[in-house]
Order: sequence, then structure tokens, then C-alpha cells
Amino acid sequence: MSTRRYLYIPRRQVIRGLLATTAFGVTSKLWGCASAPSETQTSTGGDQASPVSDKPLVMGFIYVGAKDDYGWNQAQATGAVEVSKLPGIKIVEQASVPETKEVQEVMRNMIEQDGATVLFPTSFGYFDPHILEIAKDYPEVQFFHAGTLWKEGLPNNVGSYFALVDEGQYLAGRIAAMTSKSGKLGFVAAKPINPVLRNINPFIMGARSVKPDIKMQVIFTGDWSMPVKEAEATNSLADQGVDVITMHVDSPKVVIETAEKRGIYSSGFHAAQNDLAPKGYLTGTAYKWGTIFKSYVDLIRSGKTLMNGGIPHQVIGGLKEDYIDLAPFGAAVSEAAKKDAIDTKAKIIDGSAMVYKGAIEDNAGAVKIPEGTAYKVTAPELTKIDWLVEGVIGKTS
Amino acid sequence: MALSRSNWRSTAESIAIPVGAIFFAMVLFGIFCLFAGKNPFAIYGAIYNSAFGSWRSFQGTLLRAAPLMLTSLCTALPARLGLMIIGNEGALVLGGIGSVIAGLLMVYGSVLPTPEQLQAPSGLPPIVVLIGMALAGMVAGGVWIAISGALRHYRAVNETISSLLMNYIAIAFLNHLVEGPLKDPSSLNKPSSFPMPETYKLGNIVATRIHYGLIFGLVACVIAYFLMQHTTFGFAARTAGGNVKAARIAGLPVGKLTIIVCFLAGACAGLAGMVEIAAVQGQANASLVANYGYAGILVAFVARYNPLAAILVAVLLGGIVASGGALQRTFSMPDATVLLFQGIVFLVVLYSESLYGRFQLFKEKPPAPAAPPAASTTVPV
Repeated sequence: MSTRRYLYIPRRQVIRGLLATTAFGVTSKLWGCASAPSETQTSTGGDQASPVSDKPLVMGFIYVGAKDDYGWNQAQATGAVEVSKLPGIKIVEQASVPETKEVQEVMRNMIEQDGATVLFPTSFGYFDPHILEIAKDYPEVQFFHAGTLWKEGLPNNVGSYFALVDEGQYLAGRIAAMTSKSGKLGFVAAKPINPVLRNINPFIMGARSVKPDIKMQVIFTGDWSMPVKEAEATNSLADQGVDVITMHVDSPKVVIETAEKRGIYSSGFHAAQNDLAPKGYLTGTAYKWGTIFKSYVDLIRSGKTLMNGGIPHQVIGGLKEDYIDLAPFGAAVSEAAKKDAIDTKAKIIDGSAMVYKGAIEDNAGAVKIPEGTAYKVTAPELTKIDWLVEGVIGKTS
Repeated sequence: MALSRSNWRSTAESIAIPVGAIFFAMVLFGIFCLFAGKNPFAIYGAIYNSAFGSWRSFQGTLLRAAPLMLTSLCTALPARLGLMIIGNEGALVLGGIGSVIAGLLMVYGSVLPTPEQLQAPSGLPPIVVLIGMALAGMVAGGVWIAISGALRHYRAVNETISSLLMNYIAIAFLNHLVEGPLKDPSSLNKPSSFPMPETYKLGNIVATRIHYGLIFGLVACVIAYFLMQHTTFGFAARTAGGNVKAARIAGLPVGKLTIIVCFLAGACAGLAGMVEIAAVQGQANASLVANYGYAGILVAFVARYNPLAAILVAVLLGGIVASGGALQRTFSMPDATVLLFQGIVFLVVLYSESLYGRFQLFKEKPPAPAAPPAASTTVPV
């Protein structure tokens, strides 16, 4: 028998192999492939010689996708990096953890094997049932979740933190309007749910505060991560003459890169994406989770916990609290637009300008916020928004 | 598979080849680790520890293996009939939908309970509700894959393509339901069905953190094995898989066999969906689509469609997944590392299949006194 025969592969084998490879590719969800090794794993503050105690505070961060997805996960991971630079802090991280029993196992392992006493499971879907279930088993461990889901009656060692993007997107909308030549904006969105609508509406409201007749076409892809549909949507918007595109999907990468290829402008979300589109990227709301994480560290260091009531169960804020900021301005943003953004930002922070100030009509002509009424972004009324504001072409259902 | 004098060589072959393949894959991955600047032995130590090292970590492995056992049957069973079904994910999703609808109907009498109904759940015992949910999940998943089988038999539609495409339909259907007809109005940011009350949760096996889904998986695999290997039904199915024309000539009801086997296959994946609802999520939403179905295809391939081997392969895959955390947290390797390891293992194992019958060592020696072939039901070929 010659050795050649060991390399003989029947056709059936090839087909099966191809199928298996495809299945494997799908299983891996294509997201893990691009991640770079984490450069931050442990970090102790060197010369400051552990001001609190010898034992570092171990914080665990769990992400649903890759840490460098240019989106939600990257924003959280950037915050984690900032925290890891504080003295006496050790962080452990795990990425690409699905919202199944898997995340429960990861939380258990971080607590039992790595000694984590503070956990940040960052995906929205981790909360119910996963965090709630594990929190019951480890009453001494504090769980902080990005969202507004904590309510009275849930385990005492669970808290929510959230940053509201309305004001940032309002500013980004103003910049978009000042950059757009065609007067047509485009928005690629995942699902017509409240947090997404509170990205779409402020963006066009900001744009119309500069150019009152500007329109924005919105396309819902139906899910958080639909790279093919996102590219199609971007292309079709570009075909319709849209020249500034923004988005609310898990990873803005596809939309921004497609827009750059089509030679139109894009405004980002979640994190700074300047390097994806050196020509067309304008700006966009970037979360500053590091601010929140650091404030938690300070509170915990001073002996406060969720359990003893020292740390509030819900932390929420926007521009004023420095929980969000605009990404660095891209090359296409004019000096006038930059100045306007900085001035308007200052006005929003001191309260002289507001995003939600009546009268505001939806895109079917019904008055949703009457004349004389104004809401701060933290107002609970705003969590009920289920409509698209005037100037948006599209439907929520 | 009783070990007798006549077939020990082939038994040894079917053990030695996969084991050798896994060993070879470990060498390949070890080389990768060396290039990444890590000590491969330390990494394998960590993989072993975090997957099989202690009862505590082994529970994590079993927990991850449980759904894979069930979803692997969705490919493994029809494969014995010569059908390549890869609609596992869709069947799982349908099973989840079916079970949550059945569960809500039994507990509240409606899939969209009013506040009054929410206050007054029916007092049905949990076991009844869970059995009802399991049956509904199995029927929903079964019918889903049976459609692929029927399309194959009556309309000659390629079952691989149809079942694959039906995955997307199933996921879209799930999204439609939880965003519309089944939506709990309070689930604003993550559209979901109404949650099942805590009392009707499929609990954990005593003194472990493994839910009963593992038992379902084990039992289903064992039943599937006996059905396929030790019953006339299984024999008929395998005959049709071997040569469908011969099976027709022998008078076997190929169409019926196709649809029944596909139904059973889908029912297994549907049961996995029910377990995911009843034991983990508590409600139907997008988290149900967790790729257990696709992972199940891999398990079935590697197990060579043998339901008993699927148990072992599922545990192996569960262990590999479980070790992903240690690779990331202890060795600060990228999150894709575990996928790379998994990919190497499975590709090598699949390739190793072409080695069967190529080693002299495992060739049966011709029996010295030409023994007459054992009398058995022979099928004219």
C-alpha cells in the first residue's frame, strides 16, 4: 500500500468536511476571529504601593462578543482597561460569552477560581435570568449590569448602571446636518425598541435644529448583528442620495466601512471608530464607562457596597455626568461645526439647552410632547417613547 | 458491538483512530501555542483542570454537553437513512416556541395573560406542565424536520438545503412571535414572551448545578442507539440508508421511514429547545438561538452518527468549551483560541475517517477454516 492512498479523500468525505467546516464557522459566529490578545490582564500600580490593602480588588468583566468589535463590547472593554490601571485593582476578562448557562458558569468561575468580588457582566441579555440566578448564590459578590433593569425586590447585591446617549446623538445630528450636502440622512437600526428610538429621534432632532427641512430614512435590520443586511441597507441608503449615515447595531464596523467605500459620511456609535473611515467619519456618541467603573471603585474602597446601601442600585447619566462624550472629530467636520458642537455641549451641560423640549411631533403628525413641556434625559416618561419623531422616514412596525 | 474474537480488530480500529486523531490535533494545537509563546503542557493542564479536573468543573462540562447530545441526534438519526439534515437550530427554536406556548397555555390559559390571569396561575402540578411542554416542544421540532423529510421524499428537494434554510425561517419566526403575538409588553428592550413562573422550572439534578436536560440527553441517545441498532425499524432505516433502491425492492416503506426518522430527529432537537426554555431561559427570546444546533451537527459528524458516541463527543466538546475561560483568563489568550482548538480537533477527526480500513494492523485476518456466514436476514442487492 503506497502512502499516496492515505491522502485519498472520497467525494463524500469532501462534502461532509465542507459541511462541517461551514457548521463550525457558523458556530463560531464569526466574531472571535479578529480579536487581538488582551494587552491588559493584571496591573498593579507600581510605585504607589497598594494604598488600601495587599489583596487586590478583583473585578471580572464579561462580554458577549469580541473586545475589539468597534461597538458595545469595545466600549465596555475600554472602560475596563482604564480601571485596570488603578493601583490595587486586578481585572479578569472573558469575551464571546453567549447568553446561556455559559455566562452563569463564567461568573461562577470568576468568583470561585479568580476570587472576583465585583462582576460586570456587560451584555443586556445577561441580566434575566443569569445574573439574578448567580447573585442569589453569592450574596457577598456585587454584580453591576449595564441597563436600567434593577428594581426593588431583586437581589440586593445587583445594581444597574447606564449612560443615556440622547444628548450625544443630538450633537452628532447637528454635525451631520452641517456636513450633509444632499439634506438626506440615513440610519441603520437593529430593532424599533425604546433605546434605539432614543438614538434615532435625538439624532434627527439635532439635525433639524440646524436645518429644519432635513429628512432621515431609517432602516431596521431586525437584529443586533446582521452584517450582510447592514451593508445592504447602507448601500441602498447611499443609492437614494443619503450622504450621512449613522447606526444603532451591535458593531457599527460594517456600516461605517461600507459608507466609506461609497464615499459618504458616517457618524458612529458606542465607541470611537475614527480609524475605520479616515475620510468620512464625522463623530458619534462614545460611551465613557470608565467614569462609572472608577466611581464604583472609589465607593467600594471607602467600604461602601450595594448591600449596605452605600452604592445606589441605579446609576444613570449623560453628558453632564461624563458618562458619554463625542468621539474625536473626523477630518470632514468643519471648524464651524466643531465650534458649534462644543458650544451646544456646554449649553446642554449647564441646562440651557435641552433635547426633549416641546412641541415635538411624531412622524405621523401627532403631538407627543406638547408645547411648554420639557424633559431631562433621565425623565422616566422618556422610557415610554415608542414613536419616530417628525422628519424620520420609516415606521416602528 | 459485543467484543468477540472475530471483530476485535475493527473495534480496536474504531477506538484507535479517533483517539489517535485527537492526539494528533493536540500536537498541532500545541505547536500553535508554542508560536504564541505559551507552554503547551501548561495549557493542556489548564484545559484538563477546567474541563475534567474536579467534580465541580466536570459539572460545568456536563452542563454544556447536555443540549449538544440532543441536538446531535437531529443530524445523527437521519444520517443513518442517508439524509444529511442540518436543521438542528431551527428545530431547537421551534421546540422552544412550542414548549413556551404550551407552558403558558397550561399555566395561565393564554399566551398573553392579562394581569388577573397572571395573579391566578392554574394549580397544575409542575410535572404535568413540564411533560406537556416537553411533548409540545418535541412535536413542534419533529414536525419542522419532518417537513424537510417530506419535501425530500415527495418532491425530491435536497434535504440539506431545505433544512438549512428552514433554520433561518425558524429564527425569523421566533423574532416575529416575541416581537408581536407572544410579546410580553414589559419586555421592552429585549422582546420576549411572558416568563414561566419559577415553580415550573426544570430543576437541577440533586446536589449538582446540572439541570435535568442532561438526563434527557443521555436517555435520548441510548434510546436512539437501540432504536437504530437493535430493532427492525432501525434495521429497515439503515437498509434504506445503505441502498434505497434495494430497500424499495425489498418492500420497505421508504417514505414512511424517512418522515418518521426525520420527525424523531426533530423531536430530539425540539426537546433541547424545551430544556433551554424550562431549565435556563424561562421565556422565549433571541437568547434561544445560541448555536447549540450547529454545534450538534459537529458532534454528530465526529461521532460518525453513532448516538452513543455522540454522548462522548458532546462531553468532549463541552469540556473544550468549558476550558475556553481558563485560556482567556489565566493565559490571556484571545477568545478565539478555544475555537481554533475546537476547529483543529474536529477537522482532524473528520479527516481521520478516511483512514478506516487503511491500516494492515486492523485488517481482519481471513478466517482459517472458511466459516459459513452467520445466517441472518439478507437483503437482495
